[in-house]
Amino acid sequence: MQTIKGKAWKFGHDIDTDAIIPARYLSTTDPAELARHCMEDADPSFPGKVSPGDIVVAGKNFGCGSSREHAPLALKGAGVACVIAESFARIFYRNAINIGLPILESREAASALQEGDEVEVNLEDGVIRETGGGRIFRAVPFPPFMQEIIKRGGLINYVQERVKKGE
Amino acid sequence: MGQTMAEKILARAAGKGETFAGELINARIDMALGNDITAPVAIEEFARIGVDEVYDRERIALIPDHFTPNKDIQAAEQVRRMKEFARRCGIKHYYEVGRMGIEHALLPELGLVLPGEVVIGADSHTCTYGALGAFATGVGSTDLAAVMATGELWFKVPSTIRVRFEGRPGPWTGGKDLILYTIGKLGVDGALYCALEFSGPVIGNLPMDGRFTIANMAIEAGAKAGLIPPDRVTLEYLEGRAARPFDVIVGDEDASFFQEYAWDVTAMEPQVAAPYSPANVYPVSRLAGTELDQVVIGSCTNGRMDDLRQAAQVLKGRKVHPNIRLIIIPATQKIYLQALREGLLEIFTEAEAAVSTPTCGPCLGGHMGILAAGETALATTNRNFVGRMGHPKSRVFLSSPAVAAASAVAGQILHPNELGEVR
Ligand code: SF4
Repeated sequence: MQTIKGKAWKFGHDIDTDAIIPARYLSTTDPAELARHCMEDADPSFPGKVSPGDIVVAGKNFGCGSSREHAPLALKGAGVACVIAESFARIFYRNAINIGLPILESREAASALQEGDEVEVNLEDGVIRETGGGRIFRAVPFPPFMQEIIKRGGLINYVQERVKKGE
Repeated sequence: MGQTMAEKILARAAGKGETFAGELINARIDMALGNDITAPVAIEEFARIGVDEVYDRERIALIPDHFTPNKDIQAAEQVRRMKEFARRCGIKHYYEVGRMGIEHALLPELGLVLPGEVVIGADSHTCTYGALGAFATGVGSTDLAAVMATGELWFKVPSTIRVRFEGRPGPWTGGKDLILYTIGKLGVDGALYCALEFSGPVIGNLPMDGRFTIANMAIEAGAKAGLIPPDRVTLEYLEGRAARPFDVIVGDEDASFFQEYAWDVTAMEPQVAAPYSPANVYPVSRLAGTELDQVVIGSCTNGRMDDLRQAAQVLKGRKVHPNIRLIIIPATQKIYLQALREGLLEIFTEAEAAVSTPTCGPCLGGHMGILAAGETALATTNRNFVGRMGHPKSRVFLSSPAVAAASAVAGQILHPNELGEVR
């Protein structure tokens, strides 16, 4: 896994899936189309200003609300390389891992990082640092079970391998 | 050490003697659900796995209910993909317009979700089936794809928060008020990663419809599941309905809980959640007078028989306020027919409400009653996030059917007791 390097976009607590991708756009599953409306109801200018490789930094309970996988898909489609939050709603947490959108839980990083900060994230050890020798934060590492799924590039690849082996 | 109800159900599904909160397990899935938003994604992912057949044709339910009857070409395409997949794989439980209902009302009605089972659905309100004592939880489309292929899924065993309701509720206080009160107390992430278990004498006296409402909104406190231990009421409901044999599983006496609450509901007013959070909860009198444009009675939270009866009790012989659009949506075809037979649809129509065929409709801002900028709705649904029912500048309040019906007559939020002679 590579290092992610990008600009931080900051959001508050309880960013729900309707804010990440409003239901009125759910009749498609095309990530590029979803990306055009990503975070629209939280910050209408977001789809226009986010660049590939950027990082979303948010407060508690990110991704609460519906089970729509369109939410992490929209973020991924918009080029968001990683989401760092104080905590994630549990279905969003599952979905992000399952579709291969890296997410990290770190209270310290989520509150200290500011909009526009340049940030580097190492997914392997969960270390988050400000570019240019700034502050360093450590995220909670994934349990081994999920590391397996992430290593294989998501749940589908993981299941595919198991099915092939006839497990 | 004793186990909670959640721990025991998951232990059995994982083929283990016991399991405790925090463990990662692989569980056998008794029923898996997808809808017209989530199933198309799952079907694509399923194809990528490279298996031809689903794990069990009788244990998958695909229910197009969100944008149906198909609201536009894209919605129609999504449903067509579901239909083709269901036919090709021989999936038994596929129900379209005329036979369908909102998934979380339909599956229990058909007896497809049962006590002691593990049920997943690619829809966050799958937790509704906890009212029957199933460990039921919402997952994403990729999870659904994996289950359709293998019949198994990984879980982290949750710890449990127990909520007990005591005392005697007033005539207008029911399931919706109890769960709104709970979410108001816990907050939208108060039960994050946990199971919520509801008990006590008030639950014991609550009919199934009110129990479904409670379990349905457990997710609004962040919970993974909302469980109600099965009792006589549960078993009566399942009599002649259960599609399979089942075993009732309840927690051990000496199980340990992460948190425990006990609330007396005796003086509890009907509760209302104000925008933009289901945890922003007040007694109805605090919000009385809030002017409304639309009232919606329906959804997987409150579109069942008891809900419609309650609404009809309030609306009988009255008229909806001239400023209000009242939309009533029976949750399933069967409920629609029963409401017809009981004369409820006539009461609604005479009151000048619009009655819809079963659909999620406006609940998620899909169709059948979208709000314009600046408009305010009171709905019996479960979410009032920004833009949930339409324009991001619209507002949604959440309440029980009784409060919703009374407010539709008054044109503003009102306690049903205050309705008096308002006509
Ligand atoms: S009625 Fe609303 S909450 Fe229930 S399944 Fe439909 S959209 Fe979801």
